[in-house]
Amino acid sequence: MSPRPPAEPATTRVKRLLTMVPWLVSRQGIDLAEAAAGLGVTESQLTDDLDLLFMCGYGPMTDELIDVSYEAGRVFVDNADAISRPLRLGVDEAVTVIVGLRALAASGAAPSDAVERALTKVEQACAAVSGIERVVVIPDHADAEGKDLLQSASSAVQERRRVHLSYLVPSRDERTERDVDPMRVVALDGHWYLEGWCHRARDTRLFRLDRIEALSVLDEDGTPPEGARSRDLSSGAYPSDVGHDAVTLRLRPAARWVAEYYPVQELREDGEDLVVTLAARDEDWLARLVLRGGGEIGIEAPASAAEAVMARAQAALGEYTG
Amino acid sequence: MTTPSGSVDQVAVSNTPRAKTERLMNLTMCLLSTRRALPKARIRTMVESYAGVASDEAFERMFERDKDELRELGIPLVTEHIGGAFDDEVGYRIDQRDYALPEIDLEPDELAVVGLATRTWEHAALAPSAATAWRKVSSADGTGEATETPFVGIEPSVGGGEPAFAALKDATLGARSVTFDYAKGGAGRPQTRRVDPWSLTAWRGRWYLTGYDHDRGEPRIFRLSRITSAVQATGPLTHPAPDEHDPQAAIEAIAGGERATTSAVLRVRVGAGHSLRRRARSTTTLDDDWDRVELEIPSPVAFAEEVVGYGADVVAEQPPELVDAVVARLRGVLGQGETR
Repeated sequence: MSPRPPAEPATTRVKRLLTMVPWLVSRQGIDLAEAAAGLGVTESQLTDDLDLLFMCGYGPMTDELIDVSYEAGRVFVDNADAISRPLRLGVDEAVTVIVGLRALAASGAAPSDAVERALTKVEQACAAVSGIERVVVIPDHADAEGKDLLQSASSAVQERRRVHLSYLVPSRDERTERDVDPMRVVALDGHWYLEGWCHRARDTRLFRLDRIEALSVLDEDGTPPEGARSRDLSSGAYPSDVGHDAVTLRLRPAARWVAEYYPVQELREDGEDLVVTLAARDEDWLARLVLRGGGEIGIEAPASAAEAVMARAQAALGEYTG
Repeated sequence: MTTPSGSVDQVAVSNTPRAKTERLMNLTMCLLSTRRALPKARIRTMVESYAGVASDEAFERMFERDKDELRELGIPLVTEHIGGAFDDEVGYRIDQRDYALPEIDLEPDELAVVGLATRTWEHAALAPSAATAWRKVSSADGTGEATETPFVGIEPSVGGGEPAFAALKDATLGARSVTFDYAKGGAGRPQTRRVDPWSLTAWRGRWYLTGYDHDRGEPRIFRLSRITSAVQATGPLTHPAPDEHDPQAAIEAIAGGERATTSAVLRVRVGAGHSLRRRARSTTTLDDDWDRVELEIPSPVAFAEEVVGYGADVVAEQPPELVDAVVARLRGVLGQGETR
């Protein structure tokens, strides 16, 4: 047996069981593994919960107890009428549904007609959540073109169709053409991305939708190759560990956003400045960042990178001063 | 048949988490099954583990605590006068109509978008609540059809991963005043702020708090990602939101200024400035090396930053404020700016 984790508080478990029973009752005969996955518990936790439910009832007599079976790998729950309906949504639960629907309405990620109808019905069912009107999601002002693109990308993902992209790489000021097998459409930090297997890079890539100039769905199967893996986006869209050269930047107060936006490897306060080390994706990217900083971002190391940026600034200034 | 651990050998008053779970479940089911409020004495015979409690006092204590804990879970356990032999006798029950999630009666496409809506919290502290909400809603309609995940491959996000989110959500819903440390963009050391929350608002994947700032004596907007301490709720609001408070307008005004209202003229090297060309109102060829691009911009100062990024590939021509701002930035990079 695996070592036991600290005992779960009874109230936490009661909460789970009261959600579990109606979920199972509405899915009689569900496969045990599928049930565990849907309920977000391990199979051994699920069987332990089911064994406990077997001892519960509205009275002490045998025919008053819940009837549970999972012998053949299929789960049946009977004689549980008292708790066969889920408990009302708690405040946090109602917030996730209502504000989540508002977010879908704001982003255009789902058919707006279904979202509006669902929102009306759910708000009615959760009328008691006071103050929820104070949690607001501001609609994206994406133009019609942007919404079409999101729709096309989403259906390409769901239908597994290969797409052709004309894609701008702003950090290199480059317009590229590529065929991509779509894997998912994902929102991150306020932008939508298409993730897919890029046949040009022979690797998984993220494409920001507002940088796609044109997307055409090709008449070809778009199932990504075996080895294609989705990226872990928990630390943002910019990979921090791709073996790029490290660069150390001094950020004046107005440029502190750099440390919020890009994954930094090291960070220290120095007076009112912030000194950070991060992975420079390439020379163009770095030059563009520092030029945009207009003096608020300085390169501490390496010196060669600092010189390259100075040369660019000098050349640009030459266009004005002759 | 599996023998349940904990119910055979242990003393009747066992209070292990497992025994307690069983007792609370039995109590809940018992009180949900009765139409009439049940007196304590009757409950003691219906719920097996109470029957084994030797002393009346021990039973009373246990029952009182159990009752409170069920209420804390949101279970509407009510106390009613039941008359009977003694006029002041009370009983307990849980009304199924108050307990159960009402039938929401969602169409399949509505149910699917609710599923997607709960998945927008995946990167937030509220993710477990969202998962529970989805399990409840997808069992309420008595269809097993909703088990499979709708919208596979579509991953919208409402954000909410900021550490301050949970506490500010509670304070905003409950109208409680708060204090927290806040690092204003670029202003160095965080400062303690005392705020009456008016709204919690998501915009472009980020959350903002609008409210009355007691130290500044006026309304302010705070970005949650810049809160550097735990959020403490202090008390009721003294400055509630005025009727005309419009969080959307307030946030767009400070964070955006997005509306393009000024015309700009740029010289752009052939083969460069792709994202500028994309927004161009017109593009004309000047010679083999240069094109002239005209476009609408929100503010010359902000747009200068973008132009400077292109180095010598993009040259600002109009308006003069844009040209000045670009030159000032370039001088800044070269260390020729005014000394601060």
